[in-house]
Amino acid sequence: MKRFNDGSYMKNHGIIENLKSLVPTVKPSSLFGWSVFWALVLLPALVWAQDAATQAMSVEYRDIPGVGSRNVVWVVAQQHLLLAGFVLGVPIFAWVCEIVGWKTKEARYDKLAKEFTKLLTSAYATTALFGGILLFLLIGLYPKLMAYLSDIFFPSFIVYCLLFLLETVTLYLYWYGWDAMQGNKKTFHLFLGFLLNVFALGIMIVPNAWATFQASPVVVAEGTAIDRAWAATWNPTWWPVNIHRLIANVVLGGFICGAYAGIRYLLAASQEEREHYDWMGYVGNFIGVFGMLPLPFAGYWLMREIYQYNQQMGITLMGGFLAWLFILQAMLIGVLFLGANYYFWMGITYRIPGSERGYRRPILAMLIVLMVCLGVWMTPHSLVASLEEARKMGGTHHPLLGVFGVMSAKMTVANLMILVTFMSFVMYWRAGKQETAGWAKIAKSVMGALLVLAGIAVIVLGVWGYFVPAIIRINYFSVAQVLIVLFIMVTFTPLTAILMKSAKTTTEMVWGKMPIRAGYALVSNAVMVILLMSLMGYARSSSRVHWHIYGVMRDTSDYAYSPALGYAAAFMSLNTFVFCLLVAFIFWVATMGDKGKKTPDQQQPEPAKIPAGVTPALAGGSPREQD
Amino acid sequence: MKGPLAKTAILLVGMYVFLKFILPLFTAPLPASLIFLYLALTFASAMIFYTMSGGGLDEFMGPVGRFLTGSGQAGIAGTARILVFVLFPLLVGWQAYTRLAPSDMPPAENRTIHPAPPGEFVGLANPYPTTPENIMMGKGLYAAFCSPCHGANFDGKGPAAVGFNPPPANFSDPGTIAQLQESYLFWRIKKGGVGLPVEAMPWKSAMPRWEVELPDEWIWKIIMGEYDGAGQSPRTWEEEE
Repeated sequence: MKRFNDGSYMKNHGIIENLKSLVPTVKPSSLFGWSVFWALVLLPALVWAQDAATQAMSVEYRDIPGVGSRNVVWVVAQQHLLLAGFVLGVPIFAWVCEIVGWKTKEARYDKLAKEFTKLLTSAYATTALFGGILLFLLIGLYPKLMAYLSDIFFPSFIVYCLLFLLETVTLYLYWYGWDAMQGNKKTFHLFLGFLLNVFALGIMIVPNAWATFQASPVVVAEGTAIDRAWAATWNPTWWPVNIHRLIANVVLGGFICGAYAGIRYLLAASQEEREHYDWMGYVGNFIGVFGMLPLPFAGYWLMREIYQYNQQMGITLMGGFLAWLFILQAMLIGVLFLGANYYFWMGITYRIPGSERGYRRPILAMLIVLMVCLGVWMTPHSLVASLEEARKMGGTHHPLLGVFGVMSAKMTVANLMILVTFMSFVMYWRAGKQETAGWAKIAKSVMGALLVLAGIAVIVLGVWGYFVPAIIRINYFSVAQVLIVLFIMVTFTPLTAILMKSAKTTTEMVWGKMPIRAGYALVSNAVMVILLMSLMGYARSSSRVHWHIYGVMRDTSDYAYSPALGYAAAFMSLNTFVFCLLVAFIFWVATMGDKGKKTPDQQQPEPAKIPAGVTPALAGGSPREQD
Repeated sequence: MKGPLAKTAILLVGMYVFLKFILPLFTAPLPASLIFLYLALTFASAMIFYTMSGGGLDEFMGPVGRFLTGSGQAGIAGTARILVFVLFPLLVGWQAYTRLAPSDMPPAENRTIHPAPPGEFVGLANPYPTTPENIMMGKGLYAAFCSPCHGANFDGKGPAAVGFNPPPANFSDPGTIAQLQESYLFWRIKKGGVGLPVEAMPWKSAMPRWEVELPDEWIWKIIMGEYDGAGQSPRTWEEEE
């Protein structure tokens, strides 16, 4: 074997030598004869090659033996989506944090925003990598489907590539220019953050059009390529999915940053580190909860659009074989709400010394309401019952508790849980402070009365919903419930902010004193939200059943069946586990440099000074170091 | 009996007694799956509440730790500890045996009550106007063909209902026909139990395949009569004028 300079071998050297020996030395006059001879010999090969090319073009599916093409795509697509959710969610609140730091002149917020962005940069490349793998897999394993989608969406492919380029350039400038663009260049840096978010939004909504087209296609046969692509993009579920994903990305990003802070808190070696990561964990949880409050509304809108688009798909999801996923969803959302509230309540207990006794009763009341609501949400319409139990109940619907199984009950308790969680946050905000404004007492009484009225109104509308036509409940009652809860949130937040502005701090907030289970609660919240996204992503995708593109292109592969729920649940768990491993690796890599940079005299980070009289911008405040 | 752990145990026992024995005095008994769910939520509530503070956590987990390590467990407490260590594995073994032992009882099932209708039935609208005459005719047809099972009061309590398990649907329950579009009912009446798709397995519906006996017009009018008689409205996406 011949070895080249670069160390590689020419393995076919012997074959070529043999071929050369087959060709005799010929005179030019006989060249024509030899050409005819070789043409006759090679002609069948050309025909075979053409056949092979035609055959390749007509391949509809390829498989990966042993593992299955669908399983591979399932895992890779889910990893890509979760990473993308994180990468697109984090810039939103990193940018907001930076603005808060800029406006309040608190360096700690800028540092926090930079730390968020550091996690973002390391996750960005991995997201793109999984996107590339996914694309190759789809082209290779589903060539017919991809050819069809390419034919419709080619113009948007170009837009996507352009957006990707712009996003990458902006992200590099935003991250690497952070320190260089302080001072009078800060506004330009903030503008870059704004652009980053605009491009990120574009990067999210363009592929959303491809995915939602598969579920609710709009196919136009006439017009230019752009006309067809535009019509396909504006399909009925595009914007509901866009809004739902945008909010969900913030929730995912917030809780993952919270989990990162939780782990760093558990590993913290100094009090300063504990204080910083305790605060970062608080901010992560706050962002997660902030996004989680409107998320059920967006989900409800999406489901409504799906139901309206196609009754069959709606029933498959909410009443058919996928309905059990919504019971699992209730459980996961419930744990997420409980985890977030538990963290708030622990914050009151540990960060505001002496406040435990005063808040014990309201916390107990909130906990009971949350648990009763969760109990209702998790009660299925058709109960899991043995034959004997079903006989005693008179069917699988319980005569009394069966009423909890329908949407009117679910919407009511979801709204109440959101209300309680919001009040939990308000309580945390007000803890350790004494209002000094003369009108504080009246304002608190009005807020209390409004809260009680809102709770009653939500319940009354929920009960009334059983006695009106479905369309009245969906169009008016459910919307009214949502508006009532939103009204409470948008009125209480500024009112509390004004009250707190003049409030006297009775007990200083102490950071870095949270117990280790607070760190675990943050990690648990992140795991729950990942599981939740894996679960509902599967539900949305699986609702197409045996269609690649609903009603347009049927799945004729060996995998044109819906897997059993247990099998699907195992894959969701696997996806969650793999994603957690990936995130842990990315964060480990991202923070590796920090450890290397530390010199003995830099072990303790310089505490940020907060100017006297500056109120912490984010509710709940931030650690205040002693001068 | 005081301390968070004891209070939790009392709460759980109280909850179990309420769900298992007191609630069935007023309504049908709850299936084991639901009782387990509510008990799990009760336990989670107690754990969350008592572990919010450091003192609470010690009080909640302290007795468990002392019990497991045996520290300070002498006399009756020590004997009780050994008894629990012996009885608990036996209890788990008994549970495992009762779950795995061959039985003539079918396992608990999560039957899909409302499977998705086939594509050809999606989006169908009732072609007959909702007039008093049509409703009256629908009710007459309902009385003749449906009421023996679904009941003259549309409550699933017809004279033949006792012979079926699961029982015929109760149309006056807001969780049944009020959740569905008319086209869904048209499919279920026309194709009956044998027309259910694979996802609705096990097929436990004795609903006849009415298409062999009733023309489509009658089926649509029966649907009209059903909704009117049960005091329900079909799910629609447009509000009625």
